[in-house]
Amino acid sequence: MKETVFKVVNLTKIYLMGEVEVHALRGANLEIYAKELVVLLGPSGSGKSTLLNILGGLDTATSGQVYYRKTELTTAGERELTEYRRAHVGFVFQFYNLIPSLTAEENVSVVTEISENPMKPADALKLVGLGERLDHFPAQLSGGEQQRVAIARAIAKNPAVLLCDEPTGALDSETGIVVLDVLDRINRELGTATVIITHNSDIAGMANRVIHLNNGMITEVIENKNKKPPSEFRW
Amino acid sequence: MYSLDKKILRDIRHMKGQVLAITLVIVSGMAAYIMFISTIDSLSITRDSFYRDQKFADVFVSLKRAPESLKAKIRKIPGVSVVETRVCGYAKIDIDNFDEPVTARIVSLPEDGRPLLNRPHIRNGSLLDPNKDNEVLINETFAIAHGFKVGDHFSAIINGRKKEFIIKGIALSPEFVLLMRPDATSPDFKRYGVLWMNRSALAKSYNMDGAFNDVILSLSHDAKPNEVLENLDNILSEYGGLGAYLRKDQISHRLLSGEFKQLKRSSEIFPTIFIFVAAFLLNIVMSRTIAMQREQIAILKAFGYTNAAIGFHFAKLVVLITAPGLILGVAAGIWLGHVLGDIYTAVYRFPRLIFTLYPHVVIEALMISVASALAGTFHSLQKAAREAPAQAMRPEPPAQYRISLLEKTIARHLLSQPTRIIIRNIGRRPIRTTLAIIGIAVACATMIASGFFKDSVDFIINVQFVRSQKEDIRITFVEPTSYRALYEMKRLEGVRHAEAFRRVPVRFIHAQRSYRTAIDGIEEDNRLYRLLDENLKDVFIPSTGIVLNDYLSKLLRINVGDLVTVEFLEGSKEIREVPVVATAKLFLGVMGYMDLTALNRLMREGNAISGINLLTDSLYTRQLYRNLVDMPRVAGVVIRRNDIRNFYDIQARGMLFFTFIATLMACAIAFGVVYNSARIAFSERRWELSSLRVIGYTRGEISYILLGELGMITVIAIPVGFLVGYWLCAYIAHALASDLFRVPLYIEMKTYAVAAAVVLASASVSGLIVRRRVDTLDLVEVLKTRE
Repeated sequence: MKETVFKVVNLTKIYLMGEVEVHALRGANLEIYAKELVVLLGPSGSGKSTLLNILGGLDTATSGQVYYRKTELTTAGERELTEYRRAHVGFVFQFYNLIPSLTAEENVSVVTEISENPMKPADALKLVGLGERLDHFPAQLSGGEQQRVAIARAIAKNPAVLLCDEPTGALDSETGIVVLDVLDRINRELGTATVIITHNSDIAGMANRVIHLNNGMITEVIENKNKKPPSEFRW
Repeated sequence: MYSLDKKILRDIRHMKGQVLAITLVIVSGMAAYIMFISTIDSLSITRDSFYRDQKFADVFVSLKRAPESLKAKIRKIPGVSVVETRVCGYAKIDIDNFDEPVTARIVSLPEDGRPLLNRPHIRNGSLLDPNKDNEVLINETFAIAHGFKVGDHFSAIINGRKKEFIIKGIALSPEFVLLMRPDATSPDFKRYGVLWMNRSALAKSYNMDGAFNDVILSLSHDAKPNEVLENLDNILSEYGGLGAYLRKDQISHRLLSGEFKQLKRSSEIFPTIFIFVAAFLLNIVMSRTIAMQREQIAILKAFGYTNAAIGFHFAKLVVLITAPGLILGVAAGIWLGHVLGDIYTAVYRFPRLIFTLYPHVVIEALMISVASALAGTFHSLQKAAREAPAQAMRPEPPAQYRISLLEKTIARHLLSQPTRIIIRNIGRRPIRTTLAIIGIAVACATMIASGFFKDSVDFIINVQFVRSQKEDIRITFVEPTSYRALYEMKRLEGVRHAEAFRRVPVRFIHAQRSYRTAIDGIEEDNRLYRLLDENLKDVFIPSTGIVLNDYLSKLLRINVGDLVTVEFLEGSKEIREVPVVATAKLFLGVMGYMDLTALNRLMREGNAISGINLLTDSLYTRQLYRNLVDMPRVAGVVIRRNDIRNFYDIQARGMLFFTFIATLMACAIAFGVVYNSARIAFSERRWELSSLRVIGYTRGEISYILLGELGMITVIAIPVGFLVGYWLCAYIAHALASDLFRVPLYIEMKTYAVAAAVVLASASVSGLIVRRRVDTLDLVEVLKTRE
């Protein structure tokens, strides 16, 4: 019996962009289990990011339910969501979203300082292969390095789940592979349930399961029998 | 140190220009506040301790002559604690190489040299020898003005007899903190002084052996002051008492209180302006900073930072931005407080200024400033905290613009594309635009207020000394004199024209209100003593009835046509009802005016006069001065030219200082507002401006879009500033009005022009600084970064 981390029931999300109404999710259902690596695959505008944001407690649903283990996130208030993110979730974003005025190590410290049982920031950076660049500012790092700092930041608090929104979207393929390799290793070594959003189907090869989204709906869920390490990817 | 705290320091370094501009404004406001408050506290502590140490009296009264035995009766008045009787008078001083008439108030000292009340504080030298009748103490300003030292000699004419005196000491007195001749409009340290003499010697000169003509009292804590006055007046009425009055009406004390009031108002008005401007600047800077850090905030929230933690983070940033300004402001305020204190103590004489700055004043000021700074940024903080993290990470939707009203009304094609951008941008953020306009307008208004002081002083001089009082010399007699004195005066060489006047101390009473001042009786067809109305037109004094100045009529709540009760405090002590026939405009003092003959008739006296106004021939002035000094009946001589100069001298130092400070502050505000607005506009529209550069716009055109908006705001703000400045001056004039003087609401065109010029110059300087950034825009770099 697999341990369920997330359970999503009939999730819909409508938001306003300027004066335009966007239907981002139209009744999605799925489950995500402990220790697995899931890839959410779909074209842009398919609702991947919205789903991820709601899973991560960054956004609220219009209707439907989302459970993290026994906790219902969709009825949780601002305070509970903050507590949930602080304790359980690590995020990695497409544009890294580092704080430009802080060094690599300080960017990680920002998270470890508010966590209960974090790694040392330097250790987290070593895990992503940046042990030598602790004192570099984001502007002094390449895109791949910045993304690895972001990953270090996300895993430093030992989260239960790691949510990655297009982590390689802004990177060239070679750098992207390095980043994916780091994510793969974290998943295996730390057993962190990892959800990766991408529109790049090659990446799906590293997942335990691949969930396809289109137009706000889950169209297909595929079990991946033979996982490939990212180092074998080319795109 | 927490990582986020490092971020704060680096954020501050990143926006150092804006922090500097805000710092300037905060320094100005804080310095002004500390300066005013510390000066008020220092002066009042200094004053109170001086009053206490020298036993300053509570009640004062002059009289004609009473036997010393009356003292016991006065002491029995309920509420009276200490009684000091004195002999006082006026002396004319003869100083080598100084032709102009010099007058001094002479005050007797008891034989032990230590009066129970109003003790002189000996600055230099020693007390008088009780056995010598030729020793005097002189007041310090008089000594300084003439370079007198202990041991110097001069001669004085007391009651018609000339005598040589030796200066035994130089003294200060709580009675003469500010020394001003009763009939003058400003202090004249060179031509008016105070002499203290042994009572026996002075009594001999005035034939006052065993008698007195001046009493001062101190009151017990449970005394009822008005009852004491009434009792005292009753006792002294048969001895020619001139009406007792309380400390609050004592001239030196009143002038000092007036000064306190002025400082108090200034301490309220100016720092308030700065707090408002600083809060506004912080608001625009912080809202921009927060907008730019929208995603960073979202990230922090994504990782579990609470809203409160993020709010606290930015609050710390605000506090740190304001901190240097506050610290420098306190330091500058302490320094300016000393400077202002020195300016005051040059005129208001104390043994030493006890500089006082209460810690609670600083703490309160800091708290108010920080609270208003946080209030100014609260909205942006709230907005940042409220946004769902996912929402914050999405790029902001394109700003909503619309076609402006201006474009709809004027043919749109007449406006160039850049001009349209400017107009729409102004219209898109109406609140920010309005606040920026108000901010710049306030800078302009501050400048106008600083110029207003000079304008109003000039105006007072013009009205009071040029249009109203046209005499060259005003002579006052020792006591009311026969009208024949006028003919004698007319015969003197150098006198071209002479007019007599009578001044009688009175108490005006109307309903529940009363006011103690004097009535001037003026000759029927006088040329030298004009009364003017609101529009500076002559007011004629009819042969019956009384003219009051407008401030007095307001004090008494009396209208033209009403009857006012006049209680004469001199001579017959008649109480009469007189119809008020007109009001006259007067900026200095509070007076009533009557026809000379009518006044004497009302008092049931003959043709008495108390002084003469003269027009003189400048060729003969030296001889004339000498003649006047030698005339025993002449008590005082005021030369109008000197009166004007003194008025300016006394005002000038304070005014120059104030104008300088106000100009600096106005520049700080104008620079702060314009620079920050420009800097923010630049950062918000960096992407847009670079895009325009990429498609071929020149730097000049880009600058036009960026700075044209600010130029337009500045141009709109200046007339608004004129209006705000006018209101501010009207408020100041209203707030400072007292029975000593009223500030006319009169602002020269030049003042408006200077204010506009200073604002434009500050705006241009800050515009140019930002323009340099436009010139160095890195097009590729900017277009690559996502914002």
